[in-house]
Amino acid sequence: MTTSPTSAQHEQLPQTPSQTVGPFYGYALPYKDGEKLVDPAHPDAVRLHGTVYDGAGAAVPDSLLEIWQPDSSGKISSEHGSLLRDGHTFAGWGRTSVDNSGQYWFNTVNPGPTAPGKAPFILLTVFARGLMDRLFTRIYLPDDAEALTSDSLLSSLPEDRRQTLIAEREPSGNLRFDVHLQGTQETVFLQYPRTPQFTGRDD
Amino acid sequence: MTAPDTNPDAATATQDQISAEIREIHRSYEQRRAEGGPEETSARMHFPPYRSSLLRSPTKSLHHADPEEIELHAPAFGERDVHPLEADLTIQHGGEPIGERMVVTGRVIDGDGRPVRHQLVELWQANAAGRYVHKRDQHPAPLDPNFTGIGRTITNAQGEYSFTTIKPAPYPWKNHFNAWRPAHIHFSLFGTDFTQRLVTQMYFPGDPLFDLDPIYQSITDQKARDRLVATYDHSVSEHEWNTGYRWNIVLSGSNRTWFESDAAAEEEH
Repeated sequence: MTTSPTSAQHEQLPQTPSQTVGPFYGYALPYKDGEKLVDPAHPDAVRLHGTVYDGAGAAVPDSLLEIWQPDSSGKISSEHGSLLRDGHTFAGWGRTSVDNSGQYWFNTVNPGPTAPGKAPFILLTVFARGLMDRLFTRIYLPDDAEALTSDSLLSSLPEDRRQTLIAEREPSGNLRFDVHLQGTQETVFLQYPRTPQFTGRDD
Repeated sequence: MTAPDTNPDAATATQDQISAEIREIHRSYEQRRAEGGPEETSARMHFPPYRSSLLRSPTKSLHHADPEEIELHAPAFGERDVHPLEADLTIQHGGEPIGERMVVTGRVIDGDGRPVRHQLVELWQANAAGRYVHKRDQHPAPLDPNFTGIGRTITNAQGEYSFTTIKPAPYPWKNHFNAWRPAHIHFSLFGTDFTQRLVTQMYFPGDPLFDLDPIYQSITDQKARDRLVATYDHSVSEHEWNTGYRWNIVLSGSNRTWFESDAAAEEEH
């Protein structure tokens, strides 16, 4: 399929508004092995983990997170089977709820660049009680400094804000990425073309 | 004015206080609209009458991102992921659940009117007494051993979905004193692009709790609020079996460049 990041910004049908995921999604959305994009025993498995914080710096115990990423070669999966892990298909998508202390983890692989020289990242979608619309962000891998420097999104951010999008590589090889919904370390959340969202803070 | 209490269980404000806050925000929005301000087509994330939003909504503007390749794609789901019987919430246990059996059906399209084909739709809801199967739901209304309140389906080639379920009841919550949510069904949807992800709630026509509910009213524009309300559709009702509701869902716009060959390729997928 041919794609272009500069599609026409023509008129579109009014979207169905968003509403909060609420507190009671527990039996509906999380599912068995949702956090395991690969088996933890996979030779390339890395653990992506972190904590979700609110504006008072308290851990958020009822947030739901989804990730979407290419495989380690940068290929984007179109395989079915995200909801029913078969142990070998890499579908590129995962979902988990945070635990009572606001912590989450995924077992996945380091995404590869989707084109040579591109900075690899994992997409993250945040839902929570109290959050009326989903929040989108990117979790950049910290390893390729040159690719990070030339990334157009990161370059458009001031240094302190830019850091909120870059995961920390731990000595074990695992990735740590905390989400700050508010505060001095507030994560940069993204707005895409043709995707209206309303923070309610504009006045 | 003192800062509102951010404890989600405080239940200190009265309904009159909450309603007055909602009215003031809506009045201000309508005034700005009259002065040529932008139309709001979704909910406000920071909406003080919904107390839980105070510490959980971003304080900074969302940062513009030009979609990269991965953001122009979405996870794919199919018959491997979802069994057809998961669309019927009334047959998941040994007996019939209590309540008004209903079918909710509709079509999922994107911002350009294209059907969202063969994509996952998830649903969850309270039972006919207003109780969720969830450890945090302590509302003293009965659980129904024959109703869990969760369902999934994959849209067909026209983007249509259909669930058989039980009409949920309103239930109390602790945003303010004597707060009640209008009856609603939660929906979770995916599009063709990562950016079209939507989680929302469907409501029932004529609910007397609409004006009182800070979650529903966090959508400041009446036209947008109306888009969350299903219509009763007698052609969906079945003789001596179920009532019927229709609710169509429009996702945000795709940022892909679409060609006729894409539709054909999707059809084969």
